[in-house]
Amino acid sequence: MLASLIIVFREVLEAGLIVGIVLAATQGVPGRGRSISLGIVGGIVGSCIVAAFADGISSLFADTGQEMFNATVLLIAVVMLAWHNAWMAQHGRELARDMKAVGRAVQSGEKSLAALAIVIGVAVLREGSEVVLFLTGILASEEGGIATVATGGLGGMALGALVSVLLYAGLLQIPTRHLFATTTWLLTLLAAGMAATAVNFLAQGGILMAGGTVLWDTSDVLRDNSLVGQALHVLVGYTDRPTEAQLIAYVGVVVGILLLTRWAASGAPPSNNSRVASAAE
Amino acid sequence: MRRVSLLSAAFGIALSGAALIHAVPAQAADTVTIVIKDHKFEPAEVRIPANKRVTLLVDNQDATSEEFESGEMKVEKIVGGRKQIKVMVGPLKPGRYPFFGEFHEATAQGVVIAE
Repeated sequence: MLASLIIVFREVLEAGLIVGIVLAATQGVPGRGRSISLGIVGGIVGSCIVAAFADGISSLFADTGQEMFNATVLLIAVVMLAWHNAWMAQHGRELARDMKAVGRAVQSGEKSLAALAIVIGVAVLREGSEVVLFLTGILASEEGGIATVATGGLGGMALGALVSVLLYAGLLQIPTRHLFATTTWLLTLLAAGMAATAVNFLAQGGILMAGGTVLWDTSDVLRDNSLVGQALHVLVGYTDRPTEAQLIAYVGVVVGILLLTRWAASGAPPSNNSRVASAAE
Repeated sequence: MRRVSLLSAAFGIALSGAALIHAVPAQAADTVTIVIKDHKFEPAEVRIPANKRVTLLVDNQDATSEEFESGEMKVEKIVGGRKQIKVMVGPLKPGRYPFFGEFHEATAQGVVIAE
């Protein structure tokens, strides 16, 4: 029973950490509770659907369906995170400076929230479908499996929620003026780590054949599948045996998002346009 | 307008990642079969050539799902009940690479030896 709880918790941990970061990143944004809940619920519903069609998905694309699914879902999250960071770079200053723009910005802020809801949704979806398969397996094979499933499922999810709350509370200890910069970096590294994981799925599926050589091995210091290693894996993309392709993807996404946000923040600030527009009225 | 170009730039990041991918079909030149039965691997010790890509074919003869996983070989894949999956590993340096079935970790343990 404890074993099932631990397995569920390990699967839920990743989504739990991501929810914690997103909560901190959207501190003070109206309507975030609804978006985040929608992401979680959507992810859970999606998990059940994906688990129900697991065999079908697995046999797609010459039996690389699982890898394609995981890689696609991860890359969608990477794009959403990049877009969110760029949006914040473009509008964050405007939000603070120009009260007239706030009404309009809240509207487009909902789009940015939607991007983060998708990030949460796909994180829950990816790990959640594995949890569903694991728990239905117990239901099918064990006498009185329902008790194990209930303890494991609910207990594991409760622990995951606890991780979200703890990380959120911890991040809120950061002074407000540094909080935005911190969560922007966390979201950037989260995206980079996801890209590196996606690359690994492509290699495992035989879709990416190059760059599979492991560059270094720090598993003596901190193993991937230890609790701390797994948490760092989600937070900053830590992996004990990175391959060449993973390093390229990781660095590529960090540099890409930095350039994108810099580019989004530069150029004509949208607040000038609205000022011109209101002067013309 | 700017929002549209923002989005396309974000996709650009994703695409530059996709450009890394060479669409080479998986080749079955080096395939090693591992059977799962009663939540145990058979054989539990698998020998594969070092320094090249090898396909592991995992044949789950149990009725329940299993997750074939190895941090050392960087693979993680669900095997449905009475289903088979393939994963590509390597190139691996000579050495021992443990793997396990996450859903039945107490019994489902094995090791790949690259040589």
